[in-house]
Order: sequence, then structure tokens, then C-alpha cells
Amino acid sequence: MSSGDGVSQSSSKKSKKPRYSRFTQQELPACKPILTPGLVISTFIFIGITFIPIGLSSLSASDAVVEIVHRYDEVCISSNANDDEAAHFARIGYIQDDRTNKTCTRTLNVPKKMKQPIFVYYQLDDFYQNHRRYVKSRSDEQYKSPENEQKTKTCEPEAFNDDRKPIVPCGLVAWSLFNDTYTISINGNTIPINKKDIAWRSDRTHKFGSNVYPKNFQTRGLIGGAKLNESIPLSEQEDLLVWMRTAALPNFRKLYGRIETDLEANDKITVVIQNNYNTYSFDGKKNLVISTTTWIGGKNDFLGKIYITVGGICLFLAIAFILVYLLKPRPLGDPAYLSWNKDPASY
Amino acid sequence: MKMRRCVYINDDNLAQDLYCDNRISNRKYTIWNFLPKNLWEQFSRLMNQYFLLIACLQLWPLITPVNPVSTWGPLIFIFAVSATKEACDDYNRYISDKKANEKEVWIVRQGIKKLIQAQDIKVGNIVWLRENDEAPCDLVLLGTADPLGTCYVETAALDGETDLKTRVIPSACMGMDFELLHKIKGVIECPSPDKDIRRCDANMRLFPPFIDNDVCPLTIKNTILQSCYLRNTEWACGVAVYTGNETKLGMSRGVPEPKLTAVDAMIDRLTGAIFVFQIVVVIVLGIAGNVWKDTEARQQWYVQYPTEGPWYELLVIPLRFELLCSIMIPISIKVSLDLVKSLYAKFIDWDDKMVDLETGTRSHATNTAISEDLGQVEYILTDKTGTLTENKMVFRRCCISGSCYGNETGDALTDEKMLNAVSSGSPDVMQFLKVMAICNTVIPVKSSSGAISYKAQSQDEEALVRAAAQLLMVFENKSGNIVDINFNSSLIQYEVLDILEFTSDRKRMSIVLKDCQSGKILLMSKGADESILPYARAGQQIRTFAEAVEQYAQLGLRTLCLAWRELGDDEYQEWASMFNEANSTLVDREWRVAEVCQRLEHGFDILGVAAIEDRLQDGVPETIETLRKAGINFWMLTGDKQSTAIQIALSCNFVSPEPKGQLLIINGKTEDEVCRNLERVLLTMRIADAEPKDIAFVVDGWALEIALKHYSKAFTELAVLSRTAICCRVTPSQKAQLVELLKSCDYRTLAIGDGGNDVRMIQQADIGVGISGREGLQAARAADYSIGKFRFLKRLILVHGRYSYNRTAFLSQYSFYKSLLICFIQIFFSFISGISGTSLFNSVSLMAYNVFYTSVPVLVHVLDKDLGEKTVMQHPQILFYCQAGRLLNPSTFAGWFGRSLFHAIVVFGITIHSYALEKSEMEEVSMVALSGCIWLQAFVVAIETNSFTVLQHLAIWGNLVAFYVINWIVSALPSSGMYTIMFRLCRQPSYWCTIIVIVAAGMGPVLALKYFRYTYRSSKINSLQQAERLGGPILSLGNIEPQLRPLEKDLSPLSLLQPRNRNSVCEPLLSESPSATRRSVGTGAPFDFFQSQSRLSSIYSRNSKDN
Repeated sequence: MSSGDGVSQSSSKKSKKPRYSRFTQQELPACKPILTPGLVISTFIFIGITFIPIGLSSLSASDAVVEIVHRYDEVCISSNANDDEAAHFARIGYIQDDRTNKTCTRTLNVPKKMKQPIFVYYQLDDFYQNHRRYVKSRSDEQYKSPENEQKTKTCEPEAFNDDRKPIVPCGLVAWSLFNDTYTISINGNTIPINKKDIAWRSDRTHKFGSNVYPKNFQTRGLIGGAKLNESIPLSEQEDLLVWMRTAALPNFRKLYGRIETDLEANDKITVVIQNNYNTYSFDGKKNLVISTTTWIGGKNDFLGKIYITVGGICLFLAIAFILVYLLKPRPLGDPAYLSWNKDPASY
Repeated sequence: MKMRRCVYINDDNLAQDLYCDNRISNRKYTIWNFLPKNLWEQFSRLMNQYFLLIACLQLWPLITPVNPVSTWGPLIFIFAVSATKEACDDYNRYISDKKANEKEVWIVRQGIKKLIQAQDIKVGNIVWLRENDEAPCDLVLLGTADPLGTCYVETAALDGETDLKTRVIPSACMGMDFELLHKIKGVIECPSPDKDIRRCDANMRLFPPFIDNDVCPLTIKNTILQSCYLRNTEWACGVAVYTGNETKLGMSRGVPEPKLTAVDAMIDRLTGAIFVFQIVVVIVLGIAGNVWKDTEARQQWYVQYPTEGPWYELLVIPLRFELLCSIMIPISIKVSLDLVKSLYAKFIDWDDKMVDLETGTRSHATNTAISEDLGQVEYILTDKTGTLTENKMVFRRCCISGSCYGNETGDALTDEKMLNAVSSGSPDVMQFLKVMAICNTVIPVKSSSGAISYKAQSQDEEALVRAAAQLLMVFENKSGNIVDINFNSSLIQYEVLDILEFTSDRKRMSIVLKDCQSGKILLMSKGADESILPYARAGQQIRTFAEAVEQYAQLGLRTLCLAWRELGDDEYQEWASMFNEANSTLVDREWRVAEVCQRLEHGFDILGVAAIEDRLQDGVPETIETLRKAGINFWMLTGDKQSTAIQIALSCNFVSPEPKGQLLIINGKTEDEVCRNLERVLLTMRIADAEPKDIAFVVDGWALEIALKHYSKAFTELAVLSRTAICCRVTPSQKAQLVELLKSCDYRTLAIGDGGNDVRMIQQADIGVGISGREGLQAARAADYSIGKFRFLKRLILVHGRYSYNRTAFLSQYSFYKSLLICFIQIFFSFISGISGTSLFNSVSLMAYNVFYTSVPVLVHVLDKDLGEKTVMQHPQILFYCQAGRLLNPSTFAGWFGRSLFHAIVVFGITIHSYALEKSEMEEVSMVALSGCIWLQAFVVAIETNSFTVLQHLAIWGNLVAFYVINWIVSALPSSGMYTIMFRLCRQPSYWCTIIVIVAAGMGPVLALKYFRYTYRSSKINSLQQAERLGGPILSLGNIEPQLRPLEKDLSPLSLLQPRNRNSVCEPLLSESPSATRRSVGTGAPFDFFQSQSRLSSIYSRNSKDN
């Protein structure tokens, strides 16, 4: 603690001095913890023994998630080209051709019983929704209210159609809306996918206007993704809303819909995929994901692993410090370490 | 050749437009040029230019990663703050100028007295002052209420001296009456305006009809300078010679060069390094981004890259990264540093333990920007008189014509022998006392009760006059030229004919008197022994006096030799005309006057030697010992003589006495001698370097001048080798030269002094400390810090300096750490966003992160104390860590750099893995990463804090809470981009899991490493911390009061020691061991305390010629 008998002094002081206070004298009572072995080792032990159970429980939660991931971009395309480059261009030609039938039927096996609600996602890999040019090309103001229809300045290069009319919703993000569709059936019985309420409620109520209708959308020569029904306001175009929540990572999943019936183990699911979306030109991958969820979300064992790792390292450090403490004890604050003569540089 | 100006008295037509009017303007700005000028000044700083460039680049929407507001906001804020500060200062200056300018003064114009505003005074106007009026411009006196033409002025505002000074009207104006003064015409020839307030070499010639139209010399004694007050005089009038900003005061006003601390310089260097790093990152990522764009992005159809871009396309991505990385150099660091620095200064001002209880003077930090340097001081250069000593002169002993008084009792005033001599009226003693009482410039002031008090410029003179008064020789009155002396109630009157003033070169002052009864003309002189004794009349034995001087000097007393002689009428008349002539020269007047004085001052009848004691200040030896232990080297620079200086040095622990200490003396009057001495001393130093011996060198002013001129390299080496030096007989400019020398060797210097002669040294040094002492406030005004007593220096350096350094070291490095942390995350993010320069964080977060979230906790770090004040005082060696810059240097900075890189990896890695796939929404990921950063930085501040006060807890943890509150508020605004984000995150268990694991993974290794270093590789600071906290009960909030007790115990031995130390000044420490001293220095020079008179006199004569 700081020195001083300021209290006794202050009485004898002249009046022009400011009133004595612990702050001005830098004498505020302070606690000065030091890193004693006990404190540090018990901190590490505490971290270790709390983290490992948390890690284990989140691992088990992640394990409890039943997840079917099916990559369909390659299998849904018939390629008979010999070399890679030719195949690449053949695929692009296929996907860009409006006339070809892009229906693709896949059969998936349910490994374990899946309890409803079951979430259906599409997963895109190597799709840079976070690219600067892409992520900036939107106009939240335009989406919110019909008065702001002209506010498309930030939407370049998808601001106006060829007749210089503003596109609603404008921007690259909306323009590139994902347009594959899935129909799921088990043994011929179609399982409905509920596409209601898949977007955030705040997006539906505040971010996108219920009186803003798509206009001039996808009318330019270059078609990006899905077209929008011009009679449905933006706030109800939930696929668009989900898509507009740009992902921070190049591999991302977006909610397609919910299945509200349980799926039994070993059920054979037939998925009819309309394979419209072009990921072939940049060699991106498309996956269909059907997954349940728990308290930590979808299947992700990273948290569990990192908790166990950090906990383990902390325990290891604690043990190491205990050993060092026992083998090579060194008293704290030993004046022997204070001899100034040992340090010739101090002169 | 100097330019001159001619002032025509009372002539409105001439000189109308030649010289400026009396409008004082201290303003830097006008209303119109404030904005451009202030902005220009601010932008002349490199860092501000950088910020402006960044802010301008951000206006280009194509490249800006964030809203330009995030940079413009803080930038404008910072500029507004410093502009407001400037504007306020300037406005205050304007107000005080206006007050001074609009003050009403009486002047004479066309023979009529008029009341005008001070700003309308023109050069040549006659200004009338009444008692207690302030002079509105520099005036040459023409008339006063006093029939003899004297008046008194107080010059406190000019030079800080509070005593009254006499001013007289020029001889030509003598005897003019009131009427005549209205009509007076004439011309004054004076030099162009300069700032020398001690000199004004001018001439005056009155025009007919005034009879006496010879050239009449004018000196500073004939002037009243601006800002002086007229005192004890009913009225005075004078002609304005310098007006407005051309007055002496106006010219000496100047903005001192801002001082840059070592810490600031280091921060600038680190900033430069970061800038280079930033450029490298920008270039690498810019190239990578362009390559990625051309190879990959063209295939990403959804990005719609045009095949043909504009010409600047290649620049776009590098510039985007430049903007992303621009926060590497935190805009907040300047504001934070300015803020904490002014708080350090406030702590010094507030400190109750640095209050001089005698006078109630507080310590004051005039310069608020250099507190860290206090903790890095390596050399202290100190003045002696008034700094180490009290400058409270007491007449102690004397030696009159062979008999010494006061040797037994230590006080001549109570010496039986002396009293007997006085009562018996011994003529030698009588004459001695007369000189003591008369030969001075003291002004006696009689109060209504009849008690006489003395106003003196020199403490020595006052001591002599007081002592004479006690010995019944009372200096009663001085009216004009007549001096009344009352001896044993008989009045003796003298007429003062001339005063040969004291100069530091002549080292003596004389007065020419006419005995009013006998009409004899007398010369009375007093001065340093070497400037009096050599001029004794032929045949007088001066040995006894020289021995007495030596003896007194060894006791640490100041000696003055008193002498007189009778002048023949003819001799005086002849000399007087020469003196007048010399006084009226404009060029080199000082030197000419000195030469003329020399002609009179010879053939003295030496009366005796007076010894005056100047006690050491309380606590000086302890302070010096503590600071020397702290590794600070002390140099004493004094104008005093060698033996006195050495004696004082011994008594205040400056050098250790034999056999531990060793004094090496360098003197000599020729180059050869000095060179030999220097080489010998250097050799001894080099050999002795290994021994634990306390070696000091002593050099006098003359040898120093030669050494600095011809052997500066050798002398510099000596300066570096020597921890202690005593330089005696040095002039103010030599003091400054020595400071400059040490500074050029890259040492941090602190100069401490109290008088006007220390001002140059104080301004020159890295840190100037002034003692607000008896010699006026001149030094304290020029200084960066002013303290009441020398002993406060210990606390100033060890407590305030050390804490300031530690705190700034942390604060600056931490500022870089937190900015680098966020930058690294941005850089990592760019690798997963196609190197396109996307910002992970939104504008609001980025702005708030730098300005708010991270700056508040760290600001409270100004309360951190790594060690208690008591511990530091007991172990001053710990200051070494600050001196050597152990806490802020490239390697510690590399540690912080590494830490921020590691933390960025932890935050980014954990965030993108736990918030992957379906959770990878941009806003959410961004907030998770930001929360991770905020949590980590809170813990980093916590782990680096040594002492937690309530405020620190409040700032660190309160800031964390504030982060959430602010983000909840922002998340509640539908218009904001992150609407609902924070609410969503806080509901997710995985968010909290992620944050906890980020903190654990980020802080675990830091804690482990710190613990390991703390326990097994502990620094001395750590050891002391451990000893401090384990030694006593660990403090809780409750037991503060009992903890104070041991402290008083700690202080009390100090006060017990004081009487002993005081006495030690008077004890002849060396007298027992001069032989031992000689032996020990045997290999080198003889330890020459007793210098031959002839050598000294020759030095003096050369000195005076040189001038």
C-alpha cells in the first residue's frame, strides 16, 4: 500500500490546498494479488476440471445429432467427357442450358431415428458470399420500403435492368438467389417440407417490407439465380430472406425448410432435386443436408474437442507446475534474489 | 552593428508610423485564421497526416471497408479537442491582452495631459504613472515625485524577484519641475528591441531650451519596464521607448520548444515500425488479392467482375487493405497519452507529500507532457546555492585585521571578543562594520512602528547589513544619494557618488562615497577573495586573510572580503568622467565599464573577511544518497569556489569521504596543463573503473572552458566514465554547455536550480526542475517542474517519474496490442473472403472498439502501482528498470506483438470453427469475434494490473458490461445492421461456450508464461512485489489505517538525522585527512585545495579580458 500520513497532515494544511482525497494522493485502497503457485495452479486445475466435462457433454450433444449430408452436384450430372477441362465446360454448358431437364433423383438412407423438427439445408462449398464486391451489392433501404425503390446506388452492377428501371430487390446477393429445389418422399409418400418461418422473424418484420414487391427482377440478359413471384411481397419471400443473410465463410449451410415428421432409422428417402444452380463454373460443391438439432445447434464437434484440449492442457500445466514446485522450490520474495550487486548493469 | 532607434520625446509627428503602437498581442490566432492555422499546425504532425490520408481514402466508397464515419468521427473529435484547447487558451490570452490594452493611462500629448487607453500609446509619448500603477510599456524615466529623482519598482512579473528595485531619472532630467516635464523635448537613442531585461544601453539628449544638452547615458536603472509596478513613490513619468510586442517583456516572450520524452521517441519509432509492417502486409495482400481476382474471381459468376476494369483497378485491392490495416496505428493512442500525461501532472500538483510546509508552496508541473522522463533520468545536474542549500544567509564568522571572531562559539555576533571590540570602538572593527553596512544596494524600509526591514537583491548583502545592525552599526535610511548610518545613536552620513555594480565576471562590487562631515572620498569594496586580495595595497600582508578564507571555505562557509581606500579628489574626478563615458557607450558597455572599474579598484586596504553560512536544506544528503543508489549520476555545477563546493559535496553525500571516495582535480590555466590533467584523470578513471570506488572529478570554470574547446572528446569520455562531478566557478552558459554535452551522449538529464543563472541550464536539459526559492521565481518559471525543496526531487523521480513511465509503457504497448489484434483478425478473415478486402467487423463496432471499449479500462491504468511507494523508496535501485527502458523497448513490444498475433489466431480460429456452416451468418460471426476480443482485452488488462482499486474493477468489468449494454441497445434499433443480433447470440449456449473457451485458450498460455517468469525468472520488480506482499498481511480494504503507522516510523529517523547533517556542514570533515587524501591521489595530481593566489588572479584577469 502506498505510504503517507496524509490524514494527519491534512488537518495542519493551509486552506488553499485542495481537500485531501485518496484519489489525488494515489492512495486508493487497492488489492494487489500476486501470482502465487497456489493461485495459479488452482486456476489451471479449476479450468481443467470444468472444461473437460463441458467438452464431453457438447461432444455427446454433437454426437446425438443425426445428420445426412449428400453431395449431389457431381452425381446429378452426366459427364462423358474424357479430360477434366472438357468435363468442366460440359458441365457449364449443361447447367446454363435452359432446355435440359435438370431433375435428379437420389435415394438416401436414414442412419438413425430422426426426431422432428428435422431441418433441411443446402450447403454450398467454395461460394464466397463474403466477397467484398458481393457483400456490398445490396440496398437494405430499398428492400424496406417502396419509396426507396430508386435507392440502388450501392447495388451495382445489378441496379437497373436494361431499360434503366430499378431492379427490386437489387444487388448481386438477391440476383444470385439459390434456385435448386428438393422434394422428399419415403416410399412414394411425399414428405412435406415446411418453408414457412425459415427466415429470421426480424428480417420478415423489419428488414424487408411487406409492401415491397419484386420488380424487373432477373429480366436482364444474364440470369443469376431464382426468379421471384412478383405478387408476393419481399417479406414473405423467405428463401430470399435466408439467402440475403450472407455467410461469413465460403462453406455455409442455409435453411431450406423443416420436416415436421419423424424419420425412422433405415428409412429410404427419395429426394428429387431440381439441379438448377450453377456451381460448376467455379468448381463449388452443393450438398443436401438433413439434420436434427440439439442445444449446441447442428452437428459440430469442434467445441467439444477444443474444450477437452484446453482443459487437458490446463491440467497438464497444473501438474507440470506442481512438479516444478516440488522439485525446485523457490521461495517467493526471497531477499537473496534482491542483491543489487549481482547485477552490475544496475550501476 | 546593432540597429538603433531614435525616440523623439513628446513629438507626435515623428515616429508616428515608424514603430508599432502599444497594442499587446499574445494571440496566436485571429478569428479568421484560427481554423486554417490551427488545422495547418495539427497537420504538420506526421501521425495526423497519416490519419487524414486514411480518412480521405475512406471517402472513396469503392475501397472503404467501413463507413467513413468510423475514422472521421474519432479524427474530428481529436482535432476538435485540441483545437478547442488551443482556442480556449487563445481566448484567455485575448481577454488578458484586451484588459491590458484597454487600461486607461495618463499621457502627455501636445503639452496636454490626457487619459487614453494603453493601446494608443506611441513611442515618444510621455506616460504618467501613479503609485501602484503598472507600466504599460517600456519607459525611460524623466521625472518622479522624489526630489532626488528616485523611485521604486517591483519587477516580480518580469524576473520573479519580489524585492523592490531603485530606479533613478537620468542626470539630465534632474531638477525638472512638473510644468517642464509637459514640455520636454529631446531624443533618445536606444538599441533595437531585444529581450535582455538586465541591460538597456541608451543615450539621451535634450533639445534646447534645456540647458544641459550633453549626451546623457541611460542604463536599465533609468527605465521602468513593462509589467513592473511603481511602489513607494507618489508618481513617476517617463517616455515610451518600446511599445507593444517590442517591449523587453514582449520580446522575451516566446513559445519554448516542446520537449519530447524518450518514451515518446520510442513510441514514434515503434509506430514507424508498425507502419512499415502495415505497408508490407498491404503489398503482400494486395498482390495476392489481385492474383486471386484474376484467377479465381473471374470464375465466380455471382461476383460479376467486369473483364475490363478501369485503370486504377490494380490499386483497388491494395488500397482496401491499407484501409483495413489502418487501425494498426491506433488513432486513440494520442488522445489517451495526452489524457494520462495531464493526469500524471495533476498527481504531482496534488501531491500532499511534496508541499513545502514552511511556505505552503505546492509542487507544480508546468510541462504536463514529460513525466515519463522523470523516471528515466540518468544525470542530475544541480546548482548548489539555494538548491542544495537553503539560501538563507547568516553571518557567522569574520576575520578582522588578523583576529578571528566567532571561531569558538560559531557565531561572531555573540562572540565576547567581538562585542568588546565594538563597545571599545576599535577602528578596524568600526571600519569593517561600516563597509558591511554601506557597501551594498540594500534599501532600508522603515515601518510605522520604527522597525527597519531591509529589501535586498542579494541574500549575502542582507545578511551583512543585518549583522552590522546587530553590532550597533545600523543602516537607517537611504534618501536619494544620502545614506544614514546610526552607530551607537550617533548619526553618520555619506553621500553615494557612484556604485560599481556587482557582475559575475568582476565578482566584486564597490561604492564610492563622500563623507558628509569630512568631505573625504572613499571607495568601499566587497567581493570574492580572489578578486579583492590580489589588489591589496603594496605592503599589506594578506596571508592571514587568505588563510582565514581557506579555513572558512573548508567549513563550507561563503566568504566575502571587505576592503576600502581613500580617493584623492583629482583621482576621483578623472575617473568619474571616464566612468560616465563608459556608461554612455552603446557597444560593449559592460566590458568597458568593467575596465574602468578596474582602474579604481586597486590598492585596497583589506579590512577583513566575513564568512556567511548557508545551511544545507533538510534531507539533502538522504535525497542524494537515495538517488545515487537509484543509479542516477550527480553533477554539481556551481559558481562558488572549489573548496566550498567540495565541502558541500562531502557534507551532502555527493562524494564519499576518504578512503572510499576519491577526488580527481582538473585545473590549469593553459591548454597543456588542462590536457595533462585531463589525461591523468582519464587514466585513473579507466583503471579505477573496476574497483567499487567512488570517484569524482572536480573541474573549475577556466579549465572547463579549455577542455570543452580543445579536448571535448576526452572530456566527453570523462563525463561518461564519471558518476560524479563537481564543476565550480562555472558561468550560466557553461552550465548549459555541460547539459548539452551529456545530452549529446544520449543521457537523460535533469537540471535543477533556483536562480536566474540556472535558467539556461534548466531550459536546455531534458527535464528542468526549478526550486521556488528565495532567489525569485525565475528558475521555477522556466522549469518544467517546480518544487519547494530539493528533497522532493526524490519523490518526484522515484514515485511520480517511475509510475508515469511504467504506466505509459503499458498504455502505449497495450494500445498497439489491441489495434493489432483487431487488424490481424481482419487479415485472417481476408484469406477466407477471397482476399477481397471485406471487413469482418461493422463500422460501429470498429469505431467503438478503438475509441470506447478498449480505451476506458486502460485509462484507469494510471492508478496502477506495481510497487508501493515505500518499497520504491527503500529500494531505489529498482529505478534501473525505468532508466534502461526495460518496460518499453522493441523486445517488450515484440512480446505484445506476439501476444496480439496469438490472440487473433485464438479468437479467429475458434470463432470460425464453432460458428461454421449453418451458423456462419456474417453479423453473428462478427459479433462473436468482437466479443472474444473484448473479453480477452479485459483479461489482459486485468492480468497486467498490479493493484486493483475500485476504479480499476469498475473500468475493467464495467466496460465488459457496457459492451453488452451498448450492443443490446444497438441491436434493438431496427435501422441498424445488427438488429437483434446480440439478443440472438446471448440466447445461444454455444455463444457463451465459445467466449469462455476463447478466454481460456487465450489467457491460459499468457498466465502460464507470466507465472513461470514471475516465479522462476523473476525480475527484481517481481521479487520486491513478492516480498512486499508476503512480508506483511495482504491488504484488504479494511486495514488501511494501521498500515500507515510503519510509515511514520520510516519517516521519523529521517527527521532525527537532520540536525546531525546540518551540523556536518560546519564540521571540518576534510581537515583531519588532507594528508590521507594527498596520499591516495599520489599517483595523480596533488589534491590541491590551496590554490595559489597568483594563478587565480591571472585567471581573473584573462577572464575579464575575454569578456
